[in-house]
Amino acid sequence: MEVSIVSLLELQNVTFENDGKMILKNISLNIELGDFISIVGPSGSGKSTFLKLCSQLISPTNGTITYHGKNFTQYNPTELRKTIAYCFQTPYLFGDTVMDNIKFPFAIRNETFNQNRVDELFSLFHMSTDFLNKNVSNLSGGEKQRIAFIRSLLFKPEILLLDEITSALDVDNTKIVETAIDILNKEGVTILFVTHDVEQSKKYANRLLTIASGEIKSLEDLI
Amino acid sequence: MNGSNSINLTSLLIVSSLVIITLVFSYSQKLKLEKEIIFSAIRAVVQLVAVGYVLEYIFGFKSPIFTTLLLLFMTFNAAYNAAKRGKAIKHGIMISFLSIVSGTLVTLTILILSKIIAYEPFQIIPISGMIISNSMVALGLCYKQISSDFKNKREEIETKLSLGADILPSSIGIIRDSIKTGMLPTIDSAKTLGIVSLPGMMTGLILAGVSPVEAIKYQIMVTFMLLSTTSISSFIACYLSYRSFFNSRKQLIFMK
Repeated sequence: MEVSIVSLLELQNVTFENDGKMILKNISLNIELGDFISIVGPSGSGKSTFLKLCSQLISPTNGTITYHGKNFTQYNPTELRKTIAYCFQTPYLFGDTVMDNIKFPFAIRNETFNQNRVDELFSLFHMSTDFLNKNVSNLSGGEKQRIAFIRSLLFKPEILLLDEITSALDVDNTKIVETAIDILNKEGVTILFVTHDVEQSKKYANRLLTIASGEIKSLEDLI
Repeated sequence: MNGSNSINLTSLLIVSSLVIITLVFSYSQKLKLEKEIIFSAIRAVVQLVAVGYVLEYIFGFKSPIFTTLLLLFMTFNAAYNAAKRGKAIKHGIMISFLSIVSGTLVTLTILILSKIIAYEPFQIIPISGMIISNSMVALGLCYKQISSDFKNKREEIETKLSLGADILPSSIGIIRDSIKTGMLPTIDSAKTLGIVSLPGMMTGLILAGVSPVEAIKYQIMVTFMLLSTTSISSFIACYLSYRSFFNSRKQLIFMK
């Protein structure tokens, strides 16, 4: 009997148009469990749109996306987004305090607050839990980005979509975040990491995807 | 008004000169509103004369069914107007109609049960007119706010959606802000009653010769009924309309 191997996430001839403008065309890609794919390409090439498609924040105009062999449309989008986390380039912290943001993922799942998990993640990102009571408007850009990242990781996702999350960080903060991403990948989390930094793109990834003018230009194995 | 309870036609014609003052201002300041002022003044007179005669006829026609049909007609018109403020909202007229009907129904029921008014056309129609028009204004404000928030707070909503939140928890802040926007003018005007203005109903009663002490009782009733109606209508309208900004895949719709 032939056994077919199912990709974790598979895009088949995916096209996305908005307002009559073609943003992505005929994207086909198989993403396997445990992959760390860096995505590079010029500004406006469609990298962020690619990540938004993978998180179901938008749907393809044409083509299909399958997750564990099942079409995205067969999943409840809310449940899907709980396992495919997305970190935006510009972090958005809502509410008044950091705690408001940290409580949110627990609240939407009707789960009790897990202090151990919070402590673990704050330590991974070299932050004190004293931050929990801080007002979000008093945080630096680097602190906001790390809090937003922690917020996405409170319930470990299967896939992590990262949209240039280190672009506004200093060297020290970048190092902390990179190390955390590498640890998560080693724990089995699949990473799609959009970056502008060529050196960074090759540091931990096993594959490098280059997108230009909405099309895949190359996909190379790095290891 | 010489202490009398009626205005004669000559007095009314003299008062019409106030429109001329408005026209002079518009002309001298080049506001180019002259045509609009004349049109609105004539329209106001025609509409009011018509409504005066219609109401006189209706008040004499004591059929509860007819009164109810008239209230439904008023509500539909208000719903149609309110829905214009939220063009992005699907089934805007239906949502507005339901919201206004609910607000009006609850408020009128309490007014009737408390025996402040009876289901008589001369009482129910003017009172409902006030309720319905206030709801209409409140809904217009709600729709304007909710539409602009869904357009301008895309980042916040998508962040919450990306964390796995359903569309309600992702929109709750916007829904609450919009309800507040709909209710605030009524709350603000309640706060300043008697200090900044003597409101319409009270002024009308005093002009008609009712003692101010008696008139305030009616004004208190009006204030409370408007508070209740705007809150009920705004609440229902916002909770029914927020879904319009998402598609079936729980994605925020692109708005121009």
